[in-house]
Amino acid sequence: MRELLVDVAVIGGGPAGLAAALAAYKAGAGEVLIIERNHELGGILQQCIHHGFGLHRFKAELTGPEYAQRFINELQETEIRVLLETMVLEVTKERDIYAVNSREGMLKIKAKAIVLAMGCRERTRGALRIPGKRPAGIFSAGTAQRYINIDGYIPGRKAVILGSGDIGLIMARRLTLEGAKVEAVVEVLPYAAGLARNVVQCLEDFDIPLYLQSTVIEIHGDERLEAVTIAQVDETWKPIQGTEQRIECDTLLLSVGLIPENELSSGAGVELDPITNGPKVDDTLMTSIPGVFACGNVLHVHDLVDNVSKEAERAGGFAAHYALGQLSTPVKRVKVEAGENIRYVVPHMISLDKPVEFFLRVQRPQEDVLLDVGGLRQVKKPSVRPSEMLNITLTPEVLRKLEGDTLRVRIVSPEEVGADA
Amino acid sequence: MLKHITCTVCPLSCEITLEIGENNEILSLTGNKCARGKVYATKEHTAPERTLTTTVRIMGGVHPLLPVRTDQPIPKPKLREAMLATADLVVQAPVKMGDVIVENFLGLGVNLIASRDLDRAQ
Amino acid sequence: MKRKEKTKKAVQVAIVGGGIIGTLTARELSRYELDVLLLEKEAEVGWGTTKANSGIVHAGIHEDPGTLKARYCFPGNQMFPKLCAELDVSFRQNGILVVALSPEEMDMVHMYYQRGLERGVPVRLLSREEVVAQEPNLNPEVVGAVFAPEGGAVMPFELAAAAMENAVANGAELMVDSPVLDAWVEDGKKYLETPTHIVEADVVINAAGLFADEIARMFGDDSFSILPRKGEEYLFDLELSGLVKSTIFPVPRSKVSKGVLVISTADGNVMIGPTSDDVEDKDDVATSYSGFERIFSETRQLVPGLDPRKIITQFAGVRAASDRGDFVIEFSATVPGLLHLAGIESPGLTAAPAIAADVPKMLEEHGLRLVPKRDFQPRREGVVRFRELSREEQDELIRKNPAFGRMVCRCETVTEAEIVDAIRRGARTLDGVKFRTRAGAGRCQSGFCQPVIMEILSRELGIPVEQVSKRGAGTEPVHYKAKELLAKGVS
Repeated sequence: MRELLVDVAVIGGGPAGLAAALAAYKAGAGEVLIIERNHELGGILQQCIHHGFGLHRFKAELTGPEYAQRFINELQETEIRVLLETMVLEVTKERDIYAVNSREGMLKIKAKAIVLAMGCRERTRGALRIPGKRPAGIFSAGTAQRYINIDGYIPGRKAVILGSGDIGLIMARRLTLEGAKVEAVVEVLPYAAGLARNVVQCLEDFDIPLYLQSTVIEIHGDERLEAVTIAQVDETWKPIQGTEQRIECDTLLLSVGLIPENELSSGAGVELDPITNGPKVDDTLMTSIPGVFACGNVLHVHDLVDNVSKEAERAGGFAAHYALGQLSTPVKRVKVEAGENIRYVVPHMISLDKPVEFFLRVQRPQEDVLLDVGGLRQVKKPSVRPSEMLNITLTPEVLRKLEGDTLRVRIVSPEEVGADA
Repeated sequence: MLKHITCTVCPLSCEITLEIGENNEILSLTGNKCARGKVYATKEHTAPERTLTTTVRIMGGVHPLLPVRTDQPIPKPKLREAMLATADLVVQAPVKMGDVIVENFLGLGVNLIASRDLDRAQ
Repeated sequence: MKRKEKTKKAVQVAIVGGGIIGTLTARELSRYELDVLLLEKEAEVGWGTTKANSGIVHAGIHEDPGTLKARYCFPGNQMFPKLCAELDVSFRQNGILVVALSPEEMDMVHMYYQRGLERGVPVRLLSREEVVAQEPNLNPEVVGAVFAPEGGAVMPFELAAAAMENAVANGAELMVDSPVLDAWVEDGKKYLETPTHIVEADVVINAAGLFADEIARMFGDDSFSILPRKGEEYLFDLELSGLVKSTIFPVPRSKVSKGVLVISTADGNVMIGPTSDDVEDKDDVATSYSGFERIFSETRQLVPGLDPRKIITQFAGVRAASDRGDFVIEFSATVPGLLHLAGIESPGLTAAPAIAADVPKMLEEHGLRLVPKRDFQPRREGVVRFRELSREEQDELIRKNPAFGRMVCRCETVTEAEIVDAIRRGARTLDGVKFRTRAGAGRCQSGFCQPVIMEILSRELGIPVEQVSKRGAGTEPVHYKAKELLAKGVS
């Protein structure tokens, strides 16, 4: 079995892996290796051919491939090694990585530090338990996107899309532009989950109806999808009798959630947060296993790739420091707690000696609130929504003012704001 | 007549209301919280534009399709015609990001350019 | 095609139906110098009731005495270890636990225990403490249980496909996509018409499952009817693997069904189900909200820790129950040489090897002369399961065949070489690949690997990707090449 010794091994060559590897390299790690299962770098960006990426980072509206190409081009100027068409099968807590490819067989890669950047997978029909038989014509939105944009196949001619997150909206437009008819986008929330601009440019532009507070309650068809029945739902997401509507279609796309892909992580014994489904990390983005870091969608599902790159650079930089023996254990560790109307906060634990960028999501929508970080900083937010990640950076000067061992992040409601004012 | 436009310039997504006159002119515009919203809504009403992103067929490359984009937005009503125009295009690998695939696409003064490098297949 | 245009074919034995019964019977008959042809209506064998079966190899304590079910169940159970070893099919002998949640139910448990003793079925009576020690995730209110250690689990499709492979290797013939459209007797010979052939047979074995009554009726025999009964199943992520060790049965509440179970499958998944609903339509394989509600409410009484968020897929099958409430294993009284192996509902899978083993005897009693083949090869060889090998063995394999180094299904660790091998062994569809290799059966439900498997099938079968199907004609996932639909101008 071939053995490799590296300083920093990055698992995944998508946006997170690319940024992490570059940061590790620039931070002085000698041997940096990216292990990527596909035959090229770029990850999911290569199939996201629409524009809108990089507004914050590059002040431009790039397509997914354009965004990836910038990092790929930069990578080509470095000595970062890349193993393509190589699948990681196992990561051990001693930081051994077992990976396979056709050329070299089984590889055992011993890494001084590992960055987990495996991204996420899509929630399936099976997870939703939509009643019906099992006809062909049902796809998760990402799989359909891959067929259309990479492999060059269109699944069908008449589609319904369940889920109005950005992926669902983008695919509504994509299918329409490629000649299919999108009959409806169906959303269980009372508002579209994706960006307003996508609702305009993907649905309104093409007169595609959006059914809010609705879901697909039955799949019709035996060999091929023939129709779906949708119905309105109440606040507990249960279908309301009498609101059923049948929509004829031959294709159903499911854009119903992303799940961080942490099978390798749990195999190694990394502790996961059941809310994010990603690893619990500290402010260096290190997981519960020393020397194993996580970033990007594998850590928590992001909205903006710019944030993925930022987070990944942080992880890559600290991974390099760890590999070089330069990462010291912090003197004091403080637990980060998700308080009122906060679904989750990353990182889960911080020292008080480094600047920290917190990424978080709220549990439910609210207007005219304050985001309160441990009582140390408060930011006004005119509107907060679960589908829009928030971020806020605190400096060590501010952090050191924290009293106690817990930093509680919470949303302060208008009433409380009024009371404090 | 009233027309409602959601501004997409920033995450605030202001709901802008336009009052439209007999000759399709804008009589009044309200709801925007900044000047950019006024510019956006005016343009959306008078001459809406969209960037087209799609794929074209490519021969001899590592993929059968090349993602492309217009390097500037094109008039929204031209989108369908633009898509039909890309249906017959065939390009040869290798291609570099930014390569012009079609110059002065549809005579609109914008170029259709490659969105990535796409190498020749081995 | 008109009848007279169809190809004529004469065989000694024609088996109608390639489910678990038909395929195991084909294998048994392939031990002899006999012309055997199996006609299967779907694109692959095992795609009727067989593929939706729970996969449980029953212990033999449930069946009422005096029934054919009882006669064949325990003997079938005893055949499984050798059969699965010969065919290289996974068989997990993880045992069956029938659990009592009340003193009244405990009486039933005692009855099963006694029955087991009488039948020679290895059984043990477990006290509450013993049950809890053995299965820590069971409802702590459990009163006691009977444990049958020789019950187990198998993947029913895998077994049917392997049996057919072995039968074909030993000279049997298989025709798929061949539903029997009509059947008749003429001059003492029996005839079966498919879309492409007229088959003349000395003996017809009716193993047509849900459609066995229709096949019988085509011949003029209406001695039994099939009463379709649907069962839904819900499969959990492999993550829940250790939740139960054995398959957990409640004490049954109805005469018809053994109850809703918490199953530990041959592949290690936890599965809950089945329901038992009479249906009109033999093709009614739809899952339903109410089916899930009933299954979940029953099984959480057995195993409180079942988390519905960890369900990865669900499916339903229809049992081919007969109106006799028992198997129909007999020669037709009205049509000579027509052998019914019908009404095979639970414990059909368990009984199948024993039923199949009896068929040669039945044919001899009917008058057929059976000469054993000298070169019958009972073993299926050469199946590789990459995920089960050590790292060194995996490395070795890749050096010999680089296609083992291309991981296609990440969730289940299935390589390209295994998929290509499955296609060479008879897989022609996505489901055929999935059922043989598990590629696509994991938590992402082929979200990642489906396009890759499509490409491999396209290449190996020499068909365009648009013709690759999920499970036969009409189930192709992608219909158009990019730009083709646009050029057609749909919207």
